[in-house]
Amino acid sequence: MVSWPILSVTTFLPLAGALFIVLMRDEAEAASRNARWVALYTTVITFAISLVLVWRFDTGSPDFQFIEKRPWLAGTISYHMGVDGISLPFVILTTALMPLCIIASWGAIQRRVKEYMIAFLVLETLMVGTFCALDLMLFYLFFEGGLIPMFLIIGIWGGPRRVYASFKFFLYTLLGSVLMLLAILAMYWDAGTTDIPTLLKHGFPVGLQKWAWFAFFASFAVKLPMWPVHTWLPDAHVEAPTAGSVILAAILLKMGGYGFLRFSLPMFPLASQEFAPLIFALSVVAIVYTSLVALVQEDMKKLIAYSSVAHMGFVTMGIFAATVQGIAGGIFQMVSHGIVSGALFLSVGVVYDRMHTREIAAYGGLVNRMPLYAVAFMVFTLANVGLPGTSGFIGEFLSLIGTFKVNTWVATLATSGIILSAAYALWLYRKVIFGVLDKPKLAAIKDLDYREIITLGPLALLTIAFGFFPKPILDMSSAAVTQLLDNYNQALSAAKTAAVLVP
Amino acid sequence: MNEAFEFHDLLPALPEIVLAVGAMVLLMLGAFRGERSTTAVNWLAIVLLVAAGAIVVWLPGDKLIAFGGSFVVDTFARFLKLLALAGSATAILMSLTYLKLERQERFEYSILIVLSTTGMLMLISAADLIALYLGLELMSLSLYVVAAINRDSVRSTEAGLKYFVLGALSSGMLLYGASLVYGFTGTVNFAGIAKAAGQGGVGLVFGLVFLSAGFCFKVSAVPFHMWTPDVYEGAPTPITAFFAAAPKVAGIAMFVRTTMVAFPEITSQWQQIVAFVAIASMALGAFAAIGQTNIKRLMAYSSIGHMGFALIGLAAGTAEGVQGVLVYMAIYVAMTLGTFACILSMRRDGVMAEQISDLAGLSRTNPTMALFLVILLFSLAGIPPLAGFFAKLYVFLAAIHAGLFTLAVLGVLASVVGAYYYLAIIKVMYFDDAARPFAPMPFELKAVLGVSGLFNLLFALYPGPLVEAATAAAKSLY
Repeated sequence: MVSWPILSVTTFLPLAGALFIVLMRDEAEAASRNARWVALYTTVITFAISLVLVWRFDTGSPDFQFIEKRPWLAGTISYHMGVDGISLPFVILTTALMPLCIIASWGAIQRRVKEYMIAFLVLETLMVGTFCALDLMLFYLFFEGGLIPMFLIIGIWGGPRRVYASFKFFLYTLLGSVLMLLAILAMYWDAGTTDIPTLLKHGFPVGLQKWAWFAFFASFAVKLPMWPVHTWLPDAHVEAPTAGSVILAAILLKMGGYGFLRFSLPMFPLASQEFAPLIFALSVVAIVYTSLVALVQEDMKKLIAYSSVAHMGFVTMGIFAATVQGIAGGIFQMVSHGIVSGALFLSVGVVYDRMHTREIAAYGGLVNRMPLYAVAFMVFTLANVGLPGTSGFIGEFLSLIGTFKVNTWVATLATSGIILSAAYALWLYRKVIFGVLDKPKLAAIKDLDYREIITLGPLALLTIAFGFFPKPILDMSSAAVTQLLDNYNQALSAAKTAAVLVP
Repeated sequence: MNEAFEFHDLLPALPEIVLAVGAMVLLMLGAFRGERSTTAVNWLAIVLLVAAGAIVVWLPGDKLIAFGGSFVVDTFARFLKLLALAGSATAILMSLTYLKLERQERFEYSILIVLSTTGMLMLISAADLIALYLGLELMSLSLYVVAAINRDSVRSTEAGLKYFVLGALSSGMLLYGASLVYGFTGTVNFAGIAKAAGQGGVGLVFGLVFLSAGFCFKVSAVPFHMWTPDVYEGAPTPITAFFAAAPKVAGIAMFVRTTMVAFPEITSQWQQIVAFVAIASMALGAFAAIGQTNIKRLMAYSSIGHMGFALIGLAAGTAEGVQGVLVYMAIYVAMTLGTFACILSMRRDGVMAEQISDLAGLSRTNPTMALFLVILLFSLAGIPPLAGFFAKLYVFLAAIHAGLFTLAVLGVLASVVGAYYYLAIIKVMYFDDAARPFAPMPFELKAVLGVSGLFNLLFALYPGPLVEAATAAAKSLY
């Protein structure tokens, strides 16, 4: 048993760092420098603490661990924190990527550094909180609260169309979430609590399940995003500063998948089963259609953004296949995509910082001047394609196997997406890295500096390491996934027997 | 009534008596000492309001009844009286510097606010139609005058006149409704009406509709909202701040008490009216605000929308709903006053700036004010974890429990549309290039903004006291 509230510390330490930066009163230049260092220290310490979580985590137990519970609102809604094998990978992913984001913004952000770091630290608190919350209301608070810092990050430090992108991001996501809020309230009145462990065992009536499933779907489908509500994503990605894109792709999108896993599937099993074909259809469309769209992009970030939508299609498909392989694959795919897409956005940021353009046509032949960069970018590109030996393969393969058992056609169509992803990713790589270096502006471009090596190096290692040795992540989540599926199948068979008994 | 009159029978009305007597003393002071006494009168008025608040808290007993049942002091009344007093006192506080700089120091100003507050307290406690009307008129007449207090400004006098004409019309409708209700039930006392109303009847419902029309006017709910943008824009800004807070509290109080206490048996009759008014107000508040360029007009539409949200709680027609309304009003007052503290500090070259575009780049010229205003705007939009979210949470909680799903869905959709125009202000402050800085913020505005901003930011940490007080207050109606 832990004697100190380790989850609360992990969650709120960044907030404390943000507060510290707020209270610093310094000269402009020194203040920016101090803000950067404080942010870096805070995120690194948070990451270190979250590693304690991994170390103490009991992978054999499917239950929530590191539980903290305090009364909060009206007795029935409490401050309840805890992690299990499904949420812990995302907590670690968040805390691990944050220091890299801070380093990546070191030189790129010169304007209003203090506010920038504050926004990122606040965002980290809200993201970690989202994954640790064991009360629906608390979850919603963190989930929605994340919109505020991200809106400001895109709007203040973004590109030329930042206002449009930030508004679209905010309003789209808000629209989805408010419907979820109503479903949460309806669940509260049905179960008398918003405590997640209790709700997981509650067994909602079928009618409520369907409505609530759709309300949750509205929120998570926008967040993930699924086709056809994905249109905010390319805009937000293109306009956001590099670190903002990284967080958006690597973590904010995962909240949608996490939500499906944590709420939709276990709390509304009957509805999930009934609407699984809908999810399959949307996933396949997402995989094939957005891959095709990615093929014709001229902006590097936009291409990666569309490929994110396609990859998230594998996640939803795997989750709603409701098989052990499908769900494990979905979780793995999310973690892997978090690493890979984050790294891809960082890679785009590397050349953007030098040339201030993201147009694919503006590059070519970079391998001549930037061999290190070419290697790193290759690793991530191949992982994005899903080449065996990279982490991308494991996730896609598992979710495809999981789906194949349930629906062969869906799996077959989805597999074609992998071919398409090879097409657009390799095309991007060839255009940017290979060829003749004939653009005069590129003649003096420099290879990765030490700061960029620090950010991209670990991600490249992880991508390959998880490709060969996926066990840590799969083991971490296996107990929780097994329990989730047992409960899911039990609920379905119970409903079936009830249907048989009632003539 | 031939019971012997005892002095302590007046005890429940002590806050009102203190305010009324105090206002007259201040009037004397002002009349004899002239304009020089304005500052003293203003501060004394604040002291008077605070004293009345202290008495409201101090009054012993759970439920006090006076004047043969037409005046009730229960927890519900106490909660809202404190809120109204806080709103009025803050409004006077916020106007001190403004009046000095605009050279409009008139001692009548704060006296009128005190008198109007007396009317509000009366209104909040009113338990029959006569007392209700008395309170309403005392409040409204003072408001009409105070809207037009800037005699030399065409806009201000126009605002006052418009408010008066429309207000008088709505009072007439309310009176007509009251007479119908009296005619069909034979009593003006709320409890008596509830007993006599039974299952209703066409005549009684007619009366109810006219009463509701009057209520809607006072809380500026659609379709009786037309006066709001013009009056908000025309009245001097501190007066607008006053209009946006305290009278709304009193209006909601009479709306809730009348419907819940006098017509509990025919809930289904007035529920439709309230639900329609709520939907229309939310929708109009959200859509009409988008095109506004004047921040005072924008706040007018914002307040229309917020009244719509508060009325969702009333539409639920349950104790939870009333609790939601009370939480909503408390948080609404805090948000609105803080926002107006910002609007009042928009002063450049000695002239008040009222356009939203004047806020451009505020995050660079005055980062602290911008940060607090952002907190307030996100709170007004109802984004967690700020207080405004909890306000909406409680009314929606009640609506869902009462099965008003359509109302709830339309409500959250309206809140998304509404978020757009709050975001638009944030965009101007944070994303646009800086305009010239405003004059430094006076201390009292800083204080109001600070308290309100921190309240909104930190409410989530410790929501217990306010929510519990609201629960107790809502229970006392039953």
